[in-house]
Amino acid sequence: MSTAFDHPTYNYSVVRAFTIMTVVWGVVGMGLGVLIASQLVWPDIFAGIEYLHFGRLRPLHTNAVIFGFGGCALFATSYFVVQRTTQARLWSDTLASFTFWGWQTVIVAAAITLPLGFTQVKEYAELEWPIDILITIVWVVYAVVFFGTIMQRKMKHIYVANWFFGAFIVTVAVLHIFNSLSVTAGLFKSYSIYSGAIDAMVQWWYGHNAVGFFLTAGFLGIMYYFVPKQTGRPVFSYRLSIVHFWALISLYIWAGPHHLHYTALPEWTQSVGMVMSLILLAPSWGGMINGVMTLSGAWHKLRTDPILRFLVVSLSFYGMSTFEGPMMAIKTVNALSHYTDWTIGHVHAGALGWVAMVSIGAVYHMMPVVFGRKAGEMHSIKLINVHFWLATIGTVLYIASMWVNGIMQGLMWRAFNQDGSLVYSFVEAVDASKPGWTVRVIGGVLFLTGMLLMAVNTYLTVRACQKEQELANTANTQAA
Amino acid sequence: MNELTPFWSAWIIAITLGSIFGCYWLLASVRSNKKHPNGEVPTTGHVYDGIEELDNPLPRWWYWKFVITVVFALIYLALYPGLGNFKGLLGWTQINQYEREVAKAEQEFGPLFAKYQSTDLVELSQDEKAMRLGQRLFSNNCAICHGSAATGSYGFPNLTDNDWLYGGEASEIKTTILHGRTAAMPAWGASLGEQGINDATQYVLSLSGKATDNDAVAKGKDIFAANCVACHGQDGKGNKLFGAPNLTDDIWLYGGTQQQVMQTLRNGRAGKMPAWNEILGEDKTHIVSAYVYSLSHQE
Repeated sequence: MSTAFDHPTYNYSVVRAFTIMTVVWGVVGMGLGVLIASQLVWPDIFAGIEYLHFGRLRPLHTNAVIFGFGGCALFATSYFVVQRTTQARLWSDTLASFTFWGWQTVIVAAAITLPLGFTQVKEYAELEWPIDILITIVWVVYAVVFFGTIMQRKMKHIYVANWFFGAFIVTVAVLHIFNSLSVTAGLFKSYSIYSGAIDAMVQWWYGHNAVGFFLTAGFLGIMYYFVPKQTGRPVFSYRLSIVHFWALISLYIWAGPHHLHYTALPEWTQSVGMVMSLILLAPSWGGMINGVMTLSGAWHKLRTDPILRFLVVSLSFYGMSTFEGPMMAIKTVNALSHYTDWTIGHVHAGALGWVAMVSIGAVYHMMPVVFGRKAGEMHSIKLINVHFWLATIGTVLYIASMWVNGIMQGLMWRAFNQDGSLVYSFVEAVDASKPGWTVRVIGGVLFLTGMLLMAVNTYLTVRACQKEQELANTANTQAA
Repeated sequence: MNELTPFWSAWIIAITLGSIFGCYWLLASVRSNKKHPNGEVPTTGHVYDGIEELDNPLPRWWYWKFVITVVFALIYLALYPGLGNFKGLLGWTQINQYEREVAKAEQEFGPLFAKYQSTDLVELSQDEKAMRLGQRLFSNNCAICHGSAATGSYGFPNLTDNDWLYGGEASEIKTTILHGRTAAMPAWGASLGEQGINDATQYVLSLSGKATDNDAVAKGKDIFAANCVACHGQDGKGNKLFGAPNLTDDIWLYGGTQQQVMQTLRNGRAGKMPAWNEILGEDKTHIVSAYVYSLSHQE
């Protein structure tokens, strides 16, 4: 079968906008991450300035990296991938453009309201109700554009990347709406309609599936397009795609209660959450296997292609953190790991190692295409390589220091004297954590430096592409 | 614990087992051991933007890993509470796990504390070994408010200065720890007015030689006589029956600046020492009482 179908011109302008903002919010969000990591080592740096208090900047960091950086990466890649794999132009340019401006408004509103202290105090869902409503509208329009494009596809089948993007879009809408239901009390205040253990359960049903669908299913969609494209090899196994897709999306929804082990949550809920998290191990690894095995016959490309390195290393971190996750969901392990830095390390193995790296690889592949060059033709491949090593070393420093800290904290909290009293007071565990927190800052600075190089490379690439475009236009005019 | 209604219990069992078996069914039905002749793996025939998909079988090790987690899940749900109202064959609950651990600790460590039960508190406060136990009990339970050096902080009394709100005899200290204390300094802002608060504050400060406005002190003296003496006494030396502080010694629980004293008078204070009898039990309270006594009776 030939691939040289006729296809309409694609809408790349919205992809360009989201791609640029991916880099911008990446730098902002990770900069905020370095800032709050520094506050844990030097708590007094902003003493007395309420707007820069850790408690207000931390949700800003998570919102900027998840919804700003991750969200823009998902919009950009899903619009790019859905057009190219259906050979149809986006269903509506106007609505696509609306999702761009709507989504940027959401992130800017977050950047204003969170430091001012407006919050629903639900983790990863802090934004107040007017912003929640805007998110809902943007998301529904996103779904219309995406599925509208799928409906216009030129072939019978739907590519696996689009299954994942589709599942991510539908599920995030459901999660966002039900978790955010609240009674308003003025423009900037609202109260959740849930209370007590139910509130906690709904919150973690949302919270864990923000990880499962926003940060996993969506990014598997990215992986399924960019890994085979960058390697030029077929996807390893269609059967594996089917099993791991359906198993992944049906099991993730159950996993939330593992955030609430040994709490007031009913025991049956805790147990069911734990076993579903364990069964999730194999479906998660299905994605990693399918990605990594796609490289068979193309391993040598890793030596010369830093973009491919980003993609493959992201899969390794994905495999590692999806092994770690089910283990931490086991009650006995959780009794040690819960409430410690281990959890933070686990999240960042996924966030830096998997989500950020796969996005960075995808952006390096996609950006030159949407600005008129061939895939992967960034201004400087050397800078990509430096970025790769900074990101990898930064991630390793981050997660290794958090493992050490987390296990140490867990062990210190449960150490007993011979008379049954605790060996350490809480503050001693805090004090002992300081070296690890310092290493984390270093890891974060390395990762952020890589992002800054990416911003420079982006600027140079876009400028060069624009010049090429101008030259081509002049040539065309002269020829005419 | 609340039981689920039979309907919801059955619903939970159905969707839980349905999901697990559904996943297994999916796995089994998609699996294929079909060998491709001459080792060539065909594609599915679909092409998307140049991407093809091979029809490789599921990796065997991955298939078995999936099966093992499913089997583990079913065994776990048979042993532990998970399937609706079914309690699990082991009868385990998180509450009875906690109770077992506490009972074991009581059995193991209880005698260690019980043996000092009949020793007089003052004598016990000289016993080095017992005071090591006391120090650890204090770190685990009391230091969070009173500080690890027991020197207190804003709102939490210093326990090392031999200045006592409810009496400093060893037995009085023990009573305080066993049963807790609730202090109630009323708010005077409404009845005295801002001027009255200012004058009374000046008088209170004058008791420790810190007044700045002699006219106000004179006026404040009358206010004090009319309103404060019932608890703090004619001389302002306090009364341990109510935990009313001595106002003449320049030791302040809520700060001794003019601002802070005014705030105390205006809005009142409600200090609360929790009762530890329920939490620590008599034996441990006995030792920690001796320890607190020892803090201000060191030679």
